[in-house]
Amino acid sequence: MSKIFVVLQKGDESRGIVEAIVDDNTAAELEEHPALYRVTAPGRMVIRRASIEDHLGRPFDLHELQLYLVSLSGHVDESDEEFVLSWNA
Amino acid sequence: MDMKAGKKLGTRERYALMTRDLEWRTTYQPMDKVFPCMSYEGIKIHDWNDWEDPFRLTMDVYWKYQAEKEKKLYAIIDAFNQNNGHLGVTDARYINTLKLFIQSIPPLEQMAARGFTNVSRQMAGGGARIACLLQAVDEIRHFQTQIHSISNYNKYYNGLHGFVGQQSRLWYLSERKSFFDDAITAGPFEFMVAIGFAFEYVLTNLVFVPYVSGAAYNGDMAAMAFGFSAQSDEARHMTLGLECIKFMLEQDPDNVPIVQRWIDKWTWRGARVLGGIGMMMDYMLPKRIMSFKEAWEIYFEENGGALFNDLARYGIRPPKCYAQTVAEKEHISHQAWLGFYQKSQAMSAHAWLPTPEEMDWLSSKYPNTFDKYYRPRFELFREMARSGEPFDNHTLSMNCQVCQATIHYTEPDDPTTLCLRETDHQGEKYHFCSDHCREIFEYEPEKYVQAWIPTHQALQGNCFEPGVDPSAPDFDAKAALFDYWGIRDGRDNGDFEGSEDQRNFSAWRKLATQN
Repeated sequence: MSKIFVVLQKGDESRGIVEAIVDDNTAAELEEHPALYRVTAPGRMVIRRASIEDHLGRPFDLHELQLYLVSLSGHVDESDEEFVLSWNA
Repeated sequence: MDMKAGKKLGTRERYALMTRDLEWRTTYQPMDKVFPCMSYEGIKIHDWNDWEDPFRLTMDVYWKYQAEKEKKLYAIIDAFNQNNGHLGVTDARYINTLKLFIQSIPPLEQMAARGFTNVSRQMAGGGARIACLLQAVDEIRHFQTQIHSISNYNKYYNGLHGFVGQQSRLWYLSERKSFFDDAITAGPFEFMVAIGFAFEYVLTNLVFVPYVSGAAYNGDMAAMAFGFSAQSDEARHMTLGLECIKFMLEQDPDNVPIVQRWIDKWTWRGARVLGGIGMMMDYMLPKRIMSFKEAWEIYFEENGGALFNDLARYGIRPPKCYAQTVAEKEHISHQAWLGFYQKSQAMSAHAWLPTPEEMDWLSSKYPNTFDKYYRPRFELFREMARSGEPFDNHTLSMNCQVCQATIHYTEPDDPTTLCLRETDHQGEKYHFCSDHCREIFEYEPEKYVQAWIPTHQALQGNCFEPGVDPSAPDFDAKAALFDYWGIRDGRDNGDFEGSEDQRNFSAWRKLATQN
């Protein structure tokens, strides 16, 4: 199964986002690089608004991800609740 | 007034109402006259409503987040400059990566903005138009923020002053310029494959992630901040490129071979442009992040591989150049730096020989190739430099008619033989760096015969300022060329060892740490 990844700038908000991703995607793996977090998962990754809000302790609009994103891979499907990345193969 | 606030709209509804819903079909002119560039490339679109908009971004949301990015960026740039941040970089060699960056990239961002503005006018579907329009605005933002961030270095260091004119004149910048010139003179769908897909999706990770991490590793907070700020837009650009490819492939099976040919062409053109990035990663960053080979494996082989597996369901195969780029990943950065080192006299940046410790790092990262092919050459050059006769190449290079790279890369299966291809077209001979570039030429020779290649033009006497008379008895060709290129001999060019930049940096750093 092909790998999915997101890369986020390091910072307080990103740390909460990354913790939420790792909670919600059991196969997700976190890599730490200078100034960057890279999270990978096989085939599919779900980024959930509610989980991020739990980690950050404040309301969060998924569009706000755009402030911290550095790179991603896979097809994107975004709604109010979830930002989903996936490969079909 | 008795008004009841309605339920807050969801992302999808808001997006539909504020973008797609603003579209209309023309009545007093046929649609194909209003959008005249939609059919000549052979791409067949049956229903623009099938276009998917993954980010569902509306104009108001776009401005809100872009404004926030700008505020963060400029706060960091101000702080960096106020704190004399330039003296905190690992060593002054690092600043040469910024010289190559500003000479190449901001002008390309501007070309990208022009390209996306054009495509956002040409696309006959509302979803595609708005996404391309937002990308055009992003590209202008990148152009501006890159110049603002790097401008502080121009107050202190040589070689950063002339990028506006240099991009279309200086011999080593034409390779990257020609990539964008080729793309914006193509049709709208080919442009989307060239920039949106090949450049943004397949290759941008190899440009910005190493650059941003490289800046972070080497103490350059200004470049790191603009890199992050630009890169936060790239995720959206990559997704647009991928959506556009899927849309074309799903609309009609006749589109598949056309798209495949563009993928083959533009992945190769992009791979050629990345030789310069490899050189920066392996030779120019005093503190390395990872080797170019490692970056190629993660971002091209693994991530690009995942993408091509995914597209296989449409009948798309990996680009034709795939195997060659994998073989060349062990060679390309070394050959690029050897090329730059021997011609640093004609650059608006400095080059240098790797130290013994740096060569050991290269040996460990390139166990199959560095000691066998490249270390002996660097050791010879060091010996020559020590004896006062450095290996300076004072000739003008021959460049590839398509990618405009200096012809100095080797045969894919023999790293000791120069790779040179040629073809005849209407009585003229044209030269190429590779089979792939020759094939691109042979498909559209009328386009590529028009290439304006700086070194070839210089030899034809077309690169002097107005009023210069090459037949005058006291004519100095080198001085006239340097004048045209905007290079101040002895300050901007040559070996880093002994340069004004090296002396100044060391003196200023002492001043910053002592009384």
